[in-house]
Amino acid sequence: MDKKLARILQRVQKPARYTGGEYNQIVKDKSKLDLRMALCFPDTYEIGMSNLGMKILYGAINEMDGVWCERVFAPWGDMEDELRSAGIPLWALESGDCLSSFDAIGFSIGYEIAYLDVLNMLDLAGIPLRSDERKELLPLVFAGGTSCCNPEPMADFMDLMLIGEGEEMDVELLELLRTAKKQGWTKRQFLLEAAKIGGVYVPSLYHPVYNDDGTINRIEALEGAPEQVQKRIITDFENSYFPTAPVVPSTEIVHDRVTLELFRGCIRGCRFCQAGYVYRPVRPRSVEKVVQQGIDSLENTGYQEVTLSSLSTSDYRPLNELCDGLLDFCVPRSIGLSLPSLRADNFSIELMHKVQSVRKSGLTFAPEAGTQRLRDAINKNVREEDLLNTCRIAFEGGWNNVKLYFMLGLPTETDEDVLGIADLAMKVLALWKPYASNKAKGLRITVSTSCFVPKPHTPFQWEPQVDMDEYRRRVTLLREHLRAKAITYNWHDADTSLIEAVLSRGDRRVGAVLEEVWRNGGRLNSWSDYFDFQRWLDAFEKCDLDPKFYACRERGFDEVLPWSRVSMGVSPKFMWREREMCYKAELSPDCRVKCTGCGAVRLLKGGRCDE
Amino acid sequence: MNEATERLRLRFSKTGRAVYISHLDLMRTMQRAFQRAEIGLKYSEGFNPHAQMSFALPLSVGTASLCEILDFKLREYISLSEIVFRLNRSLPEGIKALEVYEWENKAKNIKWLDIDGSFEYDDRSAAELLPELIEFFSRESIVIEKKTKSGMGQSDIAPSIRSILLDDDNGSVTIKAVISAQEPTLNPEHLVTALRQLAPQLAPDFASFTRTQIYNADMTVFR
Repeated sequence: MDKKLARILQRVQKPARYTGGEYNQIVKDKSKLDLRMALCFPDTYEIGMSNLGMKILYGAINEMDGVWCERVFAPWGDMEDELRSAGIPLWALESGDCLSSFDAIGFSIGYEIAYLDVLNMLDLAGIPLRSDERKELLPLVFAGGTSCCNPEPMADFMDLMLIGEGEEMDVELLELLRTAKKQGWTKRQFLLEAAKIGGVYVPSLYHPVYNDDGTINRIEALEGAPEQVQKRIITDFENSYFPTAPVVPSTEIVHDRVTLELFRGCIRGCRFCQAGYVYRPVRPRSVEKVVQQGIDSLENTGYQEVTLSSLSTSDYRPLNELCDGLLDFCVPRSIGLSLPSLRADNFSIELMHKVQSVRKSGLTFAPEAGTQRLRDAINKNVREEDLLNTCRIAFEGGWNNVKLYFMLGLPTETDEDVLGIADLAMKVLALWKPYASNKAKGLRITVSTSCFVPKPHTPFQWEPQVDMDEYRRRVTLLREHLRAKAITYNWHDADTSLIEAVLSRGDRRVGAVLEEVWRNGGRLNSWSDYFDFQRWLDAFEKCDLDPKFYACRERGFDEVLPWSRVSMGVSPKFMWREREMCYKAELSPDCRVKCTGCGAVRLLKGGRCDE
Repeated sequence: MNEATERLRLRFSKTGRAVYISHLDLMRTMQRAFQRAEIGLKYSEGFNPHAQMSFALPLSVGTASLCEILDFKLREYISLSEIVFRLNRSLPEGIKALEVYEWENKAKNIKWLDIDGSFEYDDRSAAELLPELIEFFSRESIVIEKKTKSGMGQSDIAPSIRSILLDDDNGSVTIKAVISAQEPTLNPEHLVTALRQLAPQLAPDFASFTRTQIYNADMTVFR
């Protein structure tokens, strides 16, 4: 190891996250490579290593012969300061080689606030931030991940963006890059060719034109650019790549366990939920496959815990069989099975007992809204009686820790809805005395509220966010009505929610704000240690943009939205209809009860959803 | 027939990139390595069962070692050489299983340990500093200030240094020392602390250490 680096590692917090060398990391012979890819996650090692998408892409890309994919994470502040003062450029964990020596630099961006860290990591590697400043083909800088479903805020920085699921698209892109490198293509030549790959959005091929009021008049597709970029999906999810030998970190990370994916997509259609729309259509994996992947992963990693990940785990039809299959393997080996939050309406007591036979964790529910009217308006199909019934069963079963998650500022919300949250929490509390099987332990109810952020590609993409003062008023109102000793109330900052709202629905001009915030030291803003609201406000002012224009303005159906050149497969008309139903507090059935015709089935090219 | 499952001891080394794995993380790392190697550790009874394994002497982050000790219990018998073989297929880079044996001597009987170290100087000459360093570490008493449970306290580290050899080598100073492993524990880092506090002109810009051997009180090699 480099001597300068050895000295630095003695001084920084948690140095093991910077060294690589973990079990299952993939190392290839450099002399036999055509292409080197740096898979970058714009947040810390602990967060990035917990991310299932990173594990899938790392494994899938490394399946390619002649291509070596390595991992790069954002350093924590102390490490970044050390690297900058020592003049050490950012490197990849496996080889220790600097990012600028790679052919492809791909970022996985799961949340908008991490845009800053994409810029910071490029700069730490000594790579120019803007696509047009990088004249050569290599290194190619691109991004994928959920946040790219609105590609515009990062458009000026990325050579291209990958819309949708990456495991096949990344491989196709890298194959093309391998050819381009071999044949010495120009960057322009490559980008035009790459734009033909399904799901690839090349920002430099689209040109937004603005109206005087700041809205978009049109986004011109330049020659060679597809009129619309259709999201890519894995059509054969059953047989698609799953990483059963992921890298096992040698230092603790956030989700330090085996994560199994039961299906992609969600049948529910909650109107606020971006994931529920952008991951459509629903594609389950068979129980046999998931159990085998679980056993293989546990054997290959030595993890003592396995969890199930999907948007709505309890909608997995053979969930009981799956748990049985996993428990058969886990129980004799003292491996814990943990379930993520389950829906309150189909929570099974049998399942609960099965899971707690190994280890016990708290119960988490997300009713999202306090009254039935508002839950209907957002199409969150949870009934109060189901939630209370589940809590009663849980209390009888010995559980004493309940977490309830809500949002404030949902479309059509009134004070009655806000107070409904307090009401619901009190009803849960009232169940404790008559039903708890071990009262000695004491009950803990945690109520958390976040500020609703309208997201692209959802029925609420046209909605204004409530302004910060109004959000704070609702928080205060709720706090005044949640005065029981057993109840803890946590609420999310208004500041970060406003910034998230701007970045989610921002246009290409917002890129300048990002760069300005970054230039003034903005980094790691997903961590409250580093978030500085004033720095954002200053940057908006300097760029002559109003955050409220993006966050708090209602859009009409005919407005050209910044993300209108990309499609998630769900038609805007469908989303508008859903929005109108919200205002009438009308429910849409879930995909299993009745197909509502969202359009995503077309992505399966003749296949059927949920099969 | 010897089918030991209860009093097993692993001797392992921790070098290279693995020196940055902290003590707490090493517990997890080892537990996972055993699991991958399909060597079933015995678990404690109770509400939150944990694997029965314990490390003899915690090792500071950044310090390498050729003589780490891990005591563990197994659910069922596996031959000792097989354990070593399987562990070495399952450990991350930088951690190597050296030997597994049935112990008779309790880990608390470790008294001394050998350390190899090096002091690096950026703008000073190691050769010129060497005589002063030798003088410093041969003092009868070397009292340093260090953090204790109840604030700052004073401690004389000289009795914890059984022997120390210093030499210059290629611009740095090499150290070979026998220091107290337990009761009291002398962290080799305290050799640097002593210089910083008492003779800052001799304090190195960078120091690194490797544990190389562990001993009983009578200086026989601990097993």
